[in-house]
Amino acid sequence: MRPRLLSNRDALAGLLFVTIGAFAFFAARGYPVGTIAEMGPGYFPRTLGCLLMLLGAGVLARGLRSAQPVEGRWAWGALALLTVSMLAFGAGIERIGLVPALALLLPIAALAGREFRPLEMLLLTAVLCLGAVAIFVWGLKLPYALFAWRF
Amino acid sequence: MEFLEHLGLGFGVAMTLHNLGYCLVGVLLGTLIGVLPGVGPLVTISMLLPLTFGLAPVSALIMLAGIYYGAQYGGSTAAILVNLPGETSSAVTCLDGYQMARQGRAGAALAAAALASFIAGCIGTLLIALLGVPLAGWAIEFGAEDYFSLMVMGLVSATVLSSGDTLKAIAMVVVGLLIGLVGTDVNSGMERYTFDVPELADGIGFTVLAVGLFAIAEVMKNLVEPESRTVFRTPLGGMWLRAAEFKAMLAPSLRGTALGAFFGVLPGTGPTISTFAAYMVEKKLARDPERLGQGAIEGVAAPEAANNAAAQTAFIPTLTLGIPGSATMALILGAMVMNGVQPGPTVMTRNPELFWGVIASMFIGNALLVALNLPLVGLWVRLLSVPYRWLFPAIVMFCALGNYTVNGSTMDVYLCAGVGVLGYVFARLDCPPAPLVLGYVLGPLMEENLRRALLLSAGDASVFFTRPISLGFLVVTGLLLLGVMLPRRRRAAPLAEAAP
Repeated sequence: MRPRLLSNRDALAGLLFVTIGAFAFFAARGYPVGTIAEMGPGYFPRTLGCLLMLLGAGVLARGLRSAQPVEGRWAWGALALLTVSMLAFGAGIERIGLVPALALLLPIAALAGREFRPLEMLLLTAVLCLGAVAIFVWGLKLPYALFAWRF
Repeated sequence: MEFLEHLGLGFGVAMTLHNLGYCLVGVLLGTLIGVLPGVGPLVTISMLLPLTFGLAPVSALIMLAGIYYGAQYGGSTAAILVNLPGETSSAVTCLDGYQMARQGRAGAALAAAALASFIAGCIGTLLIALLGVPLAGWAIEFGAEDYFSLMVMGLVSATVLSSGDTLKAIAMVVVGLLIGLVGTDVNSGMERYTFDVPELADGIGFTVLAVGLFAIAEVMKNLVEPESRTVFRTPLGGMWLRAAEFKAMLAPSLRGTALGAFFGVLPGTGPTISTFAAYMVEKKLARDPERLGQGAIEGVAAPEAANNAAAQTAFIPTLTLGIPGSATMALILGAMVMNGVQPGPTVMTRNPELFWGVIASMFIGNALLVALNLPLVGLWVRLLSVPYRWLFPAIVMFCALGNYTVNGSTMDVYLCAGVGVLGYVFARLDCPPAPLVLGYVLGPLMEENLRRALLLSAGDASVFFTRPISLGFLVVTGLLLLGVMLPRRRRAAPLAEAAP
């Protein structure tokens, strides 16, 4: 069975490249191009944008012909949880301090796994927080507040 | 004896107490993290990159090199004991190594791997010392157009020889080049692709890209696949090789070293191809080829030697020309740039103590690996049974915190999360991440040299074809491209044959 476009591995890759290329090209339209002897800041980006669109079109065309499906499942849940865990850490570290930020990151990240054991997670969080503080704050002497309240 | 003088200078730098310390820490950390299941050298290096910033450039590179070969080594331990290759280059070691372990000779297999790696590492390091000087001496004459063509060759050879789809790999290089453009243009001072975000004026950080693309994306990939591994619980057996075994592994180690050294110098080939080639050679040369795959010691020694020799000689193009041959070397090169060392042929003349110090540290590091790992193998075995559900939150934590420490910028953490998602999508669509990193690292240099070459030639693009060195690189590039377009089946063959 031919996979539909949304599960066609190469066609999706091609579309992604075309999108990135188009974005790069249009975002660079305000940069002066200059001449070939004296290239402006826009010359290289625009050339690359065009090139990427062409390459993407090639990958897309080949994907439509060979029709290879994307193998396995997409890990949307894991993807979202890991991303959120890092965003929470980033948002937290300067406002609530290193330890609370890590105490946010670790359990959220751990939820992305297939097996989540609350008690074990509590222990792991404690151990890793202590380890991180030992390495980065006491060992490398980085000036991060362990706890803070700055909003 | 200029060569001995250089080595003397190098050992003088590497033998200072704190550099020895960084070498030891690097080797230990590399092995420790590299041996953990599901954590290969790429993840290890990208995770530990932030730790090396703030050190003096020499110390940082010595430590990174230590992490690099430590992680390589850890990968082969996992391959032998768990039949789990941390990366493609230890896949071949699994074949005979795991069989030996099942026959109760895991200790002998580990010792053979360690010794073969040590022999290869020392010879490989010697080669760097011998070949580096003339190569850099030649490269110092390069003009801007020669550089540009050399980088085109490096990028194309990296994509052509990487396994998989060439067209996608080239597209990934272009994506990398575009990411490298983010930030302030050196020639005009204009900000490109920054979208008025002040943190982007300096560009997207190298650690952000490396950590997101290799570590975070890898975690995401691993979480989908069910975890299946059986840690080897039977006794390891004697760690020492019998005299007959030692004799049986010596010649294969040397052959493996030769093959590995050859492939390592070629930009873009790297360890993986060399291990398969070494295994094939042993299979051809063996009196009873059936034995390979059933726990033959040469089946462990030859690929391990090839792996390590290639890993070592890959430093030659990286250090002398500034052309990294693999994703790992791109990471090392990126780390050099971050540490304020401009890679290329001038490294040796401008920073001789750095160049020779790093080389000398490789001898020391390789010796440390053997000395440390044989006694510590019991510890590594226990590490292998750490469940992934404990590991991956720790990896994410280390990535986030490590990225934050580089610039103290939360933007880097957000960007890293974004790059991780992008990296995962790319991986799912079978787009190789290594060419992207190469493009990112070489992009700014490439643009600079392109602009300079065309400025000097008053816009005459034929300069790339009329200058002999530049033409030579472009011809090789063309041949590489032609070679990959024509016989598609030939490249896949050795893989299929070497598999059991």
